[in-house]
Amino acid sequence: MANLADLKIGEKGEIVGFTDELLSLKLLEMGCLPGTEVVLTHLAPFGDPIAIRVSGSYTLSMRREEAETMLIKRT
Amino acid sequence: MAKTPKIALIGNPNAGKSSLFNSLTGLNQKTGNFPGVTMEKLTGVWELEPKRSVEILDLPGIYSIYPKSIDEELVINILGDPKHPDFPDMAIVVADASNLKRNLLLFSQVRDLGIPTVLALNMIDVAENEGYVINSIKLARELSVEVAEVNAKKGIGLNGLKLAVIKTLTNRFASNDALPLPISEELIQDIQAEFGEAEPYRSLLWLMEHDRMKMFSQQQRELLDSIQAKHQFSGKKYQSEETVKRYEQITEVVDRCVINLNRQWDAVPVKTWTDRLDKFFLHPVGGYLFFLAILFVMFQAVFTWATYPMDAIDGAVASLNDWLKGVLPDSALTGLLTDGLIAGIGGVLIFIPQIAFLFLFISMLEETGYMSRVMFIMDKLMRRFGLNGKSVVPLISGVACAVPAIMSTRSIGSWKDRLITILVTPLMSCSARLPIYTVLIALVVPEKNTLFGLFNLQGVALFGLYLLGFFMALVSAWVMKVILKAKERSYFIMELPTYKSPRFKHVALTIWNSVNAFVFEAGKIIVAISIVLWVLASYGPGEEIAKAETRIRQENPTLTGLGLENKISAEKLENSYAGHFGKFIEPAIRPLGYDWKIGIALITSFAAREVFVGTMSTIYSMGGEVDNENATIKNRMRAEINPATGKPMYDAALGFSLLIFYAFAMQCMSTLATTYRETKSWKYPLIQFSYMTALAYLCAFAVYQLLS
Repeated sequence: MANLADLKIGEKGEIVGFTDELLSLKLLEMGCLPGTEVVLTHLAPFGDPIAIRVSGSYTLSMRREEAETMLIKRT
Repeated sequence: MAKTPKIALIGNPNAGKSSLFNSLTGLNQKTGNFPGVTMEKLTGVWELEPKRSVEILDLPGIYSIYPKSIDEELVINILGDPKHPDFPDMAIVVADASNLKRNLLLFSQVRDLGIPTVLALNMIDVAENEGYVINSIKLARELSVEVAEVNAKKGIGLNGLKLAVIKTLTNRFASNDALPLPISEELIQDIQAEFGEAEPYRSLLWLMEHDRMKMFSQQQRELLDSIQAKHQFSGKKYQSEETVKRYEQITEVVDRCVINLNRQWDAVPVKTWTDRLDKFFLHPVGGYLFFLAILFVMFQAVFTWATYPMDAIDGAVASLNDWLKGVLPDSALTGLLTDGLIAGIGGVLIFIPQIAFLFLFISMLEETGYMSRVMFIMDKLMRRFGLNGKSVVPLISGVACAVPAIMSTRSIGSWKDRLITILVTPLMSCSARLPIYTVLIALVVPEKNTLFGLFNLQGVALFGLYLLGFFMALVSAWVMKVILKAKERSYFIMELPTYKSPRFKHVALTIWNSVNAFVFEAGKIIVAISIVLWVLASYGPGEEIAKAETRIRQENPTLTGLGLENKISAEKLENSYAGHFGKFIEPAIRPLGYDWKIGIALITSFAAREVFVGTMSTIYSMGGEVDNENATIKNRMRAEINPATGKPMYDAALGFSLLIFYAFAMQCMSTLATTYRETKSWKYPLIQFSYMTALAYLCAFAVYQLLS
């Protein structure tokens, strides 16, 4: 299954789940719920951290290793 | 007279909470401390009607009631504990209308705590530009609270907010029995049997977050643990399901109250200014270059522009002292007042311009939203050294003063990252080191030489010292990263807010508040130390100090005026307690090339390094103001002969050895006190003091031995 870190700039995905309980709590609060659409918008130099657009409403940044805990379905 | 009602201002970071706070209270603000924690507490008075005021309490920005960092913990400690002295009568939740669902999550949690709540919808214009039309009347009905549309930045809609607040304060509705998710009634009953009646959600919060709440004793925490075990209740599972459930409910409400024009027209989202700016600011090359340019301008401001007001303050304090010495009788008390107290206060005031300039830049960068971009592009680099993208702000602030810099580490979520940042921040060359650098560089670095005819060599040396401090901070952080054990995982999930133009009133208030905090927090300690120093330098064991004057007069019968006075004060200093200490430590500092005179300066500057120049000028028989006669103190130090070699004392070896020592040594009581307050343990200030002093000693030793 793909995770958020697999996306390239401009690619979209839909959140399907999380692999890390603690991080998932934070991500859920930030509006990253299963079913939400995310778009990879920016990569920091060296490709880490990354920034995503969450359901078209705001930009969220996180480290690559954190992005790997978010499972997605490419759309 | 009825008690003034307290209103807590709650909201997501970047929702406009601070703007609203400033619009409501203007200059009627005061900073203080929350009981038990040293977090800065910002309160203000808002006049609802003539003769009816409320107290507004600005709480740190949070995304949910469940805390993820130290400053977020404060919110649950206040809102979760009705006995807390700052527990509010009601809350205003500020919500960013352009990001309504996420903002309503926090709102629903606060409401379920049973705190009467008003929803202030901010940034409606942004939402409308993005194609969302919000029916706030319907929203108020759906959420059964008062909703006020405001523009916090422009101060529009405040009357509507007033009405909503007055209504809510008058019709205090009954406590809220709502629970986001059903839970076994026995669980709630078990908690309430031990801890009293409360809203079910509040009882549940106690169960889930008791480790972070100061209202519970160790015994009570164990009791809550046992209740949790008895019911096999998993807080994390509940929290995760609660969040999902709340979002479901919020989505239903929002779908009924907000019209999405984009969806109806199937429009392509417009490219916003934020997208365009991010293309540049987050660019792998351009982003770094721009950040460097910003840093360069900031350094210019702190080190060039700030010197004018600093000279003015210095001059004013000096002339006040001269005047007082003239009118007051020549006594020990006058000495304590002028050379002890006023000189000490002057030592605090002189840093105001630099701190003000620094916070001008930092608050502008934060207001505009650029600071989170800096964290974003710096995180990977900083992480290699055990730091965090968020460590950039404290490290930059450290160039002015480590005290506010260390306080700004509170937003760093991971304890280990935060601790390392606190421990290494004082290695950044703060403004108190600047006068020392200036004097010593002038002594040992030739002024005329230029590198490729472009740079002033002294300027290059100064810049080199700043770089050296930064480099050493990174190296030390890396060592600590290897040594320290992590208590919890570090994470970097952070919103990149949209760019906004800074609100100058807000920037001005931030500067005012930081300067205030510096003057009164750090100022107290610096003044106290100055007085102690004055005593140590003015009194000594036995009768020697008293005899110094007559002895000098006898030895130099031809000397009069200033020359005589200077010789006498130097003799007195040598025989004072400080002088004796200097001679006592001389064997230890010999290998670095220092004699007992420098030893005195080292000892006096262990409390606060800025006294170095003052001490040197006293030791080298200088009277009057140092800064006005920099050339003379330089000449005096230059003329000093090393008795062992017969050559000038201040050669390159000694000069660089001293520079390195001052660059790395922990010589600031205020910083140590701040580290203690922020880590709540003496262990860390002790570690900070020891490793920095050891580093300074070893590096200065190496430099001296290599160069001499």
